[in-house]
Amino acid sequence: MDTAVTAKKKWWSGGHSPFNVSYGKLMMWYFLMSDAFTFGALLISYGTIRFMSTSWPDPNEVFHSFPGMGHTHLPLVFVSLMTFILIMSSVTMVLAVHAGHMRDRKAVAKWLSWTILGGIAFLSCQAWEWTHLHEAGAWWGRNPFLNVDGTIASTNFTNFFFTITGFHGLHVTSGVVLNIVILANVLKGTYEERGHYEMVEKVGLYWHFVDLVWVFVFTCFYLL
Amino acid sequence: MEHTHTAVAHEEHGHDSSTKTIWKTFWILLAITVFEVGLAFLYLEYDFMARWALNGIFVTLTMVKAFFIVAEFMHLRHEIRNLIMTILMPLALFIWFIIAFLADGDSWKHMRKDLAPGTHVAPATHVTNEPAHH
Repeated sequence: MDTAVTAKKKWWSGGHSPFNVSYGKLMMWYFLMSDAFTFGALLISYGTIRFMSTSWPDPNEVFHSFPGMGHTHLPLVFVSLMTFILIMSSVTMVLAVHAGHMRDRKAVAKWLSWTILGGIAFLSCQAWEWTHLHEAGAWWGRNPFLNVDGTIASTNFTNFFFTITGFHGLHVTSGVVLNIVILANVLKGTYEERGHYEMVEKVGLYWHFVDLVWVFVFTCFYLL
Repeated sequence: MEHTHTAVAHEEHGHDSSTKTIWKTFWILLAITVFEVGLAFLYLEYDFMARWALNGIFVTLTMVKAFFIVAEFMHLRHEIRNLIMTILMPLALFIWFIIAFLADGDSWKHMRKDLAPGTHVAPATHVTNEPAHH
């Protein structure tokens, strides 16, 4: 397929993709767009409920723990670490895609492994945070945290927190699984045989999307 | 498969300039996140600005981060216009989505406040929704 982009090229006259990408990549983009609406709907319903509440728990009071630091008050520190891990794994994913363009099989395998490691590290952090909150008495339908104004809070806060971060964690989990499958194929030489590493790009798109969603979850739950 | 060579064509970017952009994007994302967390800490300690202004900054910076992830990491900025449009145009629905639903939540709060038991309400002139007895 011709990738030379010229202004005169008639994209819609047939014979080639009007989007200049393969079918699989285009469908990945459309899937991610629909997934964006799913996450959008969840986050906007959270926003709606928060707007209708007269008061809401203070995230800095709820999320203030760090593994091994006991009761030290450390708001935002742990979630910043989680954010850093996910951004970092996004970087290693782009580097894997880049190595794929170079047809450098070893480098693809290396960067994919780092990405998988980053994903697992993120999930471990989330598991720790969930366990910690659960021990503090928080779960779906249970909210031990008070509102900012000192009144008893409804369970909306914990319900939305566990549902949305859980749904995101599920996405990270399937991303890690996909990355492992791709890594196995890289090691087997499947893409070398095929002559290109486009599958790494498609899974890469998904992985970046998961990072993108986290950026919004981070803002909505921890900063605002 | 006639489309299989798209990936290979990107090689023209060259090794160095491409990895440089990747790391530059990483540093931008990291710097924005550190700045956000720093602002949040400053706010906790010194309460130096209005909450709505701080939230405005957070939302704006989130959009900036989203732009860099989609444009650079997902490579959308380097795709052709047709692809960019087919992905971004539907997302414009979010503008309505967010405004409508947050406004709805806000109005809900005011209704609950204004109509809460014990709140003084001006007597209604006529009642139209009397329960029907059958």
